[in-house]
Amino acid sequence: MKLLTHNMLRSHVTGVTRGFPLIIRADEVKVNSVDFNREFVSRMIPKLEWEALVETAESLGHGSGLPRELLSGYENDEEFLKKVHHVLLEVEIIEGALKCPESGTEFPITRGIPNMLINEEES
Amino acid sequence: MERGGCCTPLCSPALTFIVVVPYRSFIHLSVQIHKRHQEIHSLISLYGGTFSKVQDTHENSPFCVLNIPSEELSRKIMKRTVCAKSLFELWGHGKNLAELQQSVQSYPLERMAPYLQPNSTYKISIHSFNKTLTQKEKLVKIDAMEFIPFKGRVSLQNAEHIFYLLEDYGPDPNTAPDLPLHIYFGRWIADGQRELINSYSVKKRHFIGNTSMDAGLSFIMANHARVKPNDLVFDPFVGTGGLLLPCAHFGAYVCGTEIDYNTAHGRGKASRMNQKWRGPDENIRANLRQYGLEKYYIDILVSDASKPIWRKGPLFDAIITDPPYGIRESTRKTGTQKEIIKTEQYPESHVPVQLNYHLSDIFLDLLNFAAEFLVVGGRLVYWLPVYRPEYTEEAVPRHPCLKLISNCEQMLSSHTSRRLITMEKVKEFEKQDQHAHLMDEQYLPYQGHNSFREKYFSGLTKRIAREEKARTGENSAGCRSTQHKATKP
Repeated sequence: MKLLTHNMLRSHVTGVTRGFPLIIRADEVKVNSVDFNREFVSRMIPKLEWEALVETAESLGHGSGLPRELLSGYENDEEFLKKVHHVLLEVEIIEGALKCPESGTEFPITRGIPNMLINEEES
Repeated sequence: MERGGCCTPLCSPALTFIVVVPYRSFIHLSVQIHKRHQEIHSLISLYGGTFSKVQDTHENSPFCVLNIPSEELSRKIMKRTVCAKSLFELWGHGKNLAELQQSVQSYPLERMAPYLQPNSTYKISIHSFNKTLTQKEKLVKIDAMEFIPFKGRVSLQNAEHIFYLLEDYGPDPNTAPDLPLHIYFGRWIADGQRELINSYSVKKRHFIGNTSMDAGLSFIMANHARVKPNDLVFDPFVGTGGLLLPCAHFGAYVCGTEIDYNTAHGRGKASRMNQKWRGPDENIRANLRQYGLEKYYIDILVSDASKPIWRKGPLFDAIITDPPYGIRESTRKTGTQKEIIKTEQYPESHVPVQLNYHLSDIFLDLLNFAAEFLVVGGRLVYWLPVYRPEYTEEAVPRHPCLKLISNCEQMLSSHTSRRLITMEKVKEFEKQDQHAHLMDEQYLPYQGHNSFREKYFSGLTKRIAREEKARTGENSAGCRSTQHKATKP
């Protein structure tokens, strides 16, 4: 699971109010190299929850020195866009879990694929 | 039939082109002419033009004469289309040679001159539709074009400029007249992308499923959805990811969800003959890698499409999907009996909780999802199964935020078909739009789709119907925990 996906996911456990961001428990993290595409990264940035992205990246030790606050004019800052690219598309959680911040329900990640199904009997 | 008329650039700034869209371009997909042209329609709008057809030919004609703002735009379209075969700049046309000659002679010379230069090479080819011409007949027809002041040298091998004489002998090859009904003459510009159908063929693909979408149709879907580079495209019923391939081919980043754990992980029984189990690297990511498109892979998740797993907001540029109809793949969602009680307590939860995911609910949920998560201007493209004797236009689900763009039919059997529905998000999603369909009576008719499955099987023998019924019972019983459960074939 890439951090771009993580930034778009929320917990759907019944009764949660925001359910975002999901807490990552990473047992195995892999960095895959992906071709840098400046335009895609620039297009995605306005769709992101910026603070959550930076916090998540830092918690995994891949913060890359990204600022806590998004500065304007980033479209022309190639170095910055490359860092965002790395965090969004290259850092991947292979094994671990996503934990609902409110209910504590865990969604396991296996072979890079999160399982968002809930066994309703448990919830 | 209008002849020439508005074809001259004088009264229209756009150039006139003729596109060849073979009648049998997709054997199964819609025979109505305006629907075969839907793909080009979508592509023109993707590049900022408007579709304007100059002339209507007979229903099965492979020719479509249209105005396209520029040659550059026409080339872009041909880089995307899998329906259209070739595109020409139309220099003239008519019902007979005399009319054609008159029409070409009235085409502005300054448009033709660059291609008639003395130091250039050219050739003229001929295409006759629904009639086979002998070599001798062809030469006579080509020689008749000598009235055009060609100054270049003929080169059959490497001509710089290629001209085509296109003859239409009507809809039926068996009753083709001696003389063509219509003749067109034009300069060849580009061919379409029909070879993609072959290079992306399911036969050669690494990871496939029982219901993998035909390559041609999946490219048409991506074109209907106007997928463009750097888009984010989502398929909520992703299966083996066949619909994501053309999107990635066009430069979009792709993601999807799949309720079946084994399919998402590429485990379990193989769909191919002579192969019992899926290999270690049979998954969507490996499929993208096979075509050199892995950089466009975002993620595949195991998830139930009816559950709100996405952070609210317009996240996706396009949603392309082929929901399960419950025929070859079962329709499922997660849930328990317990939830039924919950629903009574919280009537705002509009999804009636059932272990079998009813078809009408799938489509309601899908439209609601698209209305909420698409960007404005983004498109939803999906297949809607219909029982033909009861089908009406009103049966197509609607949503106040989504405008119906097109609706093409593909036959499945004598009494069932599926319809390729294209919708565009035309207004921002607001809270009150969430259950809009429940308040408005016009959104009710498609409840009938609930029984599509029963109707589908009603045409078969009673024995098969009984077996299916038994299997349905088994399915719902086995649905309590959908995790780690293999898909029924």
